[in-house]
Amino acid sequence: MLTEYAFWFLTFVAIFSAIGMILSKNPVYSVLSLIVTFFAIAGHYFLLNAQFLAAVHIIVYAGAIMVLFLYVIMMLNQNEADEEKRSNWSKLLAAASFGILLIVISAAIGHGHAKEVAITQQAAFGTTETLGISLYKEFLVPFEISSVLFLAAMVGAVYLSKKEQYN
Amino acid sequence: MPIDILLFKLLLCGIIFVVSLAVAAYATWGERKFAAVLQDRVGPSRAGPFGLLQPVADGVKMFMKEEMLPTKSNKFLFILGPCLFMLTACMVSTVIPWGGDLTIDGAVYSLQITDINIGILYMFGVVSLGIYGIMIGGWASNNKYSLLGALRASSQMISYEIAMGLSIIALVMMTGTLSLREIVLQQDAGVSYVVYQPLGFLIFLICAFAETNRAPFDLAECETELVGGYHTEYSSMKLGLFLFAEYINMFISSAIMVTLYFGGYNFPFQHEIAEALGLSANGLTIVQTLLFFGKVVGFILFFMWVRWTLPRFRYDQLMSLGWKVLLPLAIANIFITGIVMWALGLIANN
Repeated sequence: MLTEYAFWFLTFVAIFSAIGMILSKNPVYSVLSLIVTFFAIAGHYFLLNAQFLAAVHIIVYAGAIMVLFLYVIMMLNQNEADEEKRSNWSKLLAAASFGILLIVISAAIGHGHAKEVAITQQAAFGTTETLGISLYKEFLVPFEISSVLFLAAMVGAVYLSKKEQYN
Repeated sequence: MPIDILLFKLLLCGIIFVVSLAVAAYATWGERKFAAVLQDRVGPSRAGPFGLLQPVADGVKMFMKEEMLPTKSNKFLFILGPCLFMLTACMVSTVIPWGGDLTIDGAVYSLQITDINIGILYMFGVVSLGIYGIMIGGWASNNKYSLLGALRASSQMISYEIAMGLSIIALVMMTGTLSLREIVLQQDAGVSYVVYQPLGFLIFLICAFAETNRAPFDLAECETELVGGYHTEYSSMKLGLFLFAEYINMFISSAIMVTLYFGGYNFPFQHEIAEALGLSANGLTIVQTLLFFGKVVGFILFFMWVRWTLPRFRYDQLMSLGWKVLLPLAIANIFITGIVMWALGLIANN
């Protein structure tokens, strides 16, 4: 019962803060709303018994990526006044294209077969230990390949910043 | 959850909150006294005996000062900044085990608000959120010095967070758990993890200094370059919150270091001593909690000692220390721990 209330509360928070993120004119408010959204989603992970995922979600998205967003916004110091005026045409086009996307997605949801996913309430499900074992045993190769991808991205970032310095 | 446990937990939340505030308040007094001793001065002596009422006087002064809102600042974010900083400073205390179990009328009450099995990850999540208070406050002030101070503080915190996280990974490899309570219970035998992880502890300690923005890492509020840093525009109790949160951070990070590396509330030969003195289980728990706070106070005094001994780093020195020394050392520590554990056959095959 309590879980159900928590689910609806988190869902409302997630949806409304996501809308707030899109609608607010001030980029800093957008970032803050997005952080609230991340928290609500982390709460959903908790309800699904995926504690590790919830914690990492907060650390990585709210704690690291959004800080970088905030950095960029603060360094550029973009304010409402600086926002360039977009023509009505582009607004109409954006509204139409995303409206079509909305129709496609809602049609897909309507026609798809909703699968009853049983929420596993086993104590071990979603814990760090279970996740670690499955990552390092079953999915070792994809896991390692994705870490190589991260390494490549890191080297690329270092290289780009170096090049700028010596020019 | 039974209602009496719930009430106990609520009470515990209140007590820990009040204790954090009290320790932080008296840390400001202690800091001034400590500085006075090191500099051959008297220190605060007017308010009460030994100046013991000085924190109260400071608090009253902070509240009575004029509230200033810079005209071109973002009002909402300007107020949100110090609130967030204080909130995140207080949040970690929920997962720290302050003591063992108390048994009253057959019911067992644990002196830890919540024992989540991702305690260490929770801690890092909250620490990484601490940056927002500073960044938002510094940006909303609409002042160049505040913004520069906020950028310095946050880039410093991000840089040292990485080394801090990696230094703990070596510890987690040994403990095999992320729950702070279990880490403390494993140290019950009297051997603290600092014995096995001296390098990890050293890295963690240095990073804790950087994370709390304490000297010699207090570049965020470097007066000679930045006026006052991210809180230049703040006045009255909003400034008070920023300064006070620093002391709470110091208290909490001392408590974390004691928990992870110095045995938590355990002390050597505790069961033998308790048996010799005829202490009951509850009595032992109380002694353990008092000793825990004793260890924490020791760490706080160490923080102060360092602050009044070492000069401030230069900013490039700070960054190269974090990225070129501590980070490789932390990674090396993980490798060494792994190799030693493998050599001793401590790695479980499952």
